[in-house]
Amino acid sequence: MTLKLPLLWLLAAVVYAFLYVPLAVVVLFSFNDSALNAGWVGFTTRWYELLLADADMLSAAANSLLVATVASIAATILGTMAGLAIHRYRPRLLPALVLTPVAMPEILLGVSLLLFFRQVLDLTLGLASIVIAHITFSIGFVAIVVRARLQGMDEAIFEAARDLGATPWRSFRHVTLPLILPAIVAGALMAFTLSIDDFVITFFTAGVGVTTLPLQIYSMIKVAVTPEVNAVSTLLMALTLTLIAVAARIAPESIRARG
Amino acid sequence: MLLELRNVTRRFGALAAVQAVSLDIEAGEFFTLLGPSGCGKTTLLRMIAGFDAPDQGDILLEGANLAGTPPERRPVHTVFQSYALFPHMSVADNVGFPLLMSRRTREEIVPLVREALAKVHLADKAADYPHELSGGQKQRVALARALVNRPRLLLLDEPLGALDAKLREEMRSELIRLQRDVGITFVFVTHAQTEALALSHRIAVMNAGRVEQVDTPERIYEQPVNRFVAEFIGTCNLIDATVAAATAAHLGLDLGTLGEVVAPAAPGIAVGERGTLALRPEQIRLSARGHAERLRNQFEATVRESLYLGDVTHYSVALANGRTLQALAANSGSARAQLFSTGDAVTVAWRHDAGHFLR
Repeated sequence: MTLKLPLLWLLAAVVYAFLYVPLAVVVLFSFNDSALNAGWVGFTTRWYELLLADADMLSAAANSLLVATVASIAATILGTMAGLAIHRYRPRLLPALVLTPVAMPEILLGVSLLLFFRQVLDLTLGLASIVIAHITFSIGFVAIVVRARLQGMDEAIFEAARDLGATPWRSFRHVTLPLILPAIVAGALMAFTLSIDDFVITFFTAGVGVTTLPLQIYSMIKVAVTPEVNAVSTLLMALTLTLIAVAARIAPESIRARG
Repeated sequence: MLLELRNVTRRFGALAAVQAVSLDIEAGEFFTLLGPSGCGKTTLLRMIAGFDAPDQGDILLEGANLAGTPPERRPVHTVFQSYALFPHMSVADNVGFPLLMSRRTREEIVPLVREALAKVHLADKAADYPHELSGGQKQRVALARALVNRPRLLLLDEPLGALDAKLREEMRSELIRLQRDVGITFVFVTHAQTEALALSHRIAVMNAGRVEQVDTPERIYEQPVNRFVAEFIGTCNLIDATVAAATAAHLGLDLGTLGEVVAPAAPGIAVGERGTLALRPEQIRLSARGHAERLRNQFEATVRESLYLGDVTHYSVALANGRTLQALAANSGSARAQLFSTGDAVTVAWRHDAGHFLR
C-alpha cells in the first residue's frame, strides 16, 4: 500500500491546485486591464480605483466593518464568559446551548433568526438584526477556544491565586485573564473573520436597504463577474488572511505560557 | 493551640472521605498527615486551606472558627504538589504575588522577595520564568512564594512527590532547615512513610478517613497502635499470638505450634487476650545454625530469599511451621562473612525486649 513518492507529490500538487488556483485567478484578474474575465491583457489598478469611487460598495464595506467589530466584541465577551462558566461549573445544559449554533446548518440558523426577529420580536430588520445574528453564531466559537485553553491548564494555579490572598476578582484579573488572553484574542479574530464574510445568515437577517460586503458581491455577480468583484474579493481575502495569520501567531503563545 | 480540628467530617455522596477527625496542632510544629492515597489526608488539607468545607465539625485557627472564611482571608498558604506557579509571571513576580495581594507597596515588596529567594538559594533566578526552571527550582519558588508574607500555617501537599529520589533527599533536609529557620507551623501531607519519619515532629497516620494514631515518629514506628499502622510504616512481621503470661516487665506470648516467646509488657493487656506480635525485620537476628548467641526467642529456619541492597541485605526466612519472616541484616565489615544464600539453615532470634504486642 505504499505510494511512490513522485505520485504522492503529484497528488499533493493537484489538491493544493484545487484549493488555491481559483483564489489566484481572482487575484490575478483583479489586476487585468480588461472588462472580460477571459485572457490576460495588461496590468492595471483601475478596478480598485473604480471600487473606491463606488458609493454602494463603500457603504457595504463600512456596514461589514461595523457589524464585524460590534459583533466580534460582544461575542468575545459573552463567549469568554460562557467558556469560563462551562469550564468552572461544568453545567449540563450550557455547553449544548452555546455550542449548538456552531454545528447548526447556517441556512437553518438564518431562517429561524429571520422568523424570530419578524414574528416574535417584530423587529425591523437592519444592522441591529445582523449584529445580533452574528453574535449568536460567533459565541460558540469563542467559547470553544477559551474552554480549550482552560482545559490545558493546571487547576491548582487558580486555587494558588486564591490561597495566596487574591479575591475572586483579583485572581481573575492577575491570573486567569492573562493566561486565557491568547485564546480570547484568537476567538475575537475568529469571530471577526466569520462575521465579515458571512453570507447566508446575513442574507436572511439584513432586510431591505442594508447591505454588507458579501451581499453586495452577490448582487453584483448576479449580472456578471466583473473585475470589480475580483478586486473587492481580493481585498476581503487579504483582510481575512491577515487576521488568520495574526491569530495563528498568537496561538503558539499558549504553548509558551504553559510553563 | 494553633490549629484545632474538632470532629471534622466530609462526605462525597456515600463515601465518607474524612470521618470525625480531631487533631490539635501546636505553633511551630512540623506535623504530618500520613496515609495511603484515598485516606482523606488531601481532603483534610483542602478544608484547612478553605477550598472545601466540612459537612460536620469545626476547624479553628488560633481559637477562631474558620467556617465561612474564604481561602484568601485565611493566614494559611499551600505548597501544591504541581507547584502551581503562575506561568506568565517571572520568579520574582510569583514570589511577590501574595505581597501584592495584601496591598504592599513596591518598595516593601522588592526587598522581601529578594530575601525570600535568598532563603531558598534562588537569588539569581529572579528574572527567570517558571518554564525555565528545573523541578527542584520550581519547588523552591513555590516554597518562597508561600512563605514570603509569613502565614500562620503552611500546608504542603505531597510537595516532594514529583522530584527524583536524589533531589527528594536534598529537599527533605532543606524543608527541615527552612521550617526551623522561619518558625512557621508546617502541615505536611504525604503517603511516603520515610519522608514522614524523617521530617516530622508528630505524625497522624490516616486510613479510610480516620486518624489511626497521632504520635512522634519514634513511637509511631516502635509502638504502632494497630496492625494498619504497623504495616503501613515500614515493613513489619505480624504473627498471631495469645497472651499466656503478663507481668509488669514482660508478656509471655503463645505463638501456637511455634511455642512461646517473650515480649515487652504493654499496659492493660490481660492473660488470654488474642492479638498480634509486631516484629520489625531489623529486630530479627540471623546466624548460622549452631553459632547463635543465646537469646530468649529463638527458632530454626531456612533462607528462602535474599536481596542484597548494598548497605543491608533483606532476607526472607521460613520457620519450621512454614511461616515466613522478613529479616534485615546490616552489611557492616564484620558481618560480611555472614551472608546467607537461599537454602541455608539458619537460626532466627530476637531479644526479649524486641517486638510489640498489638490487640
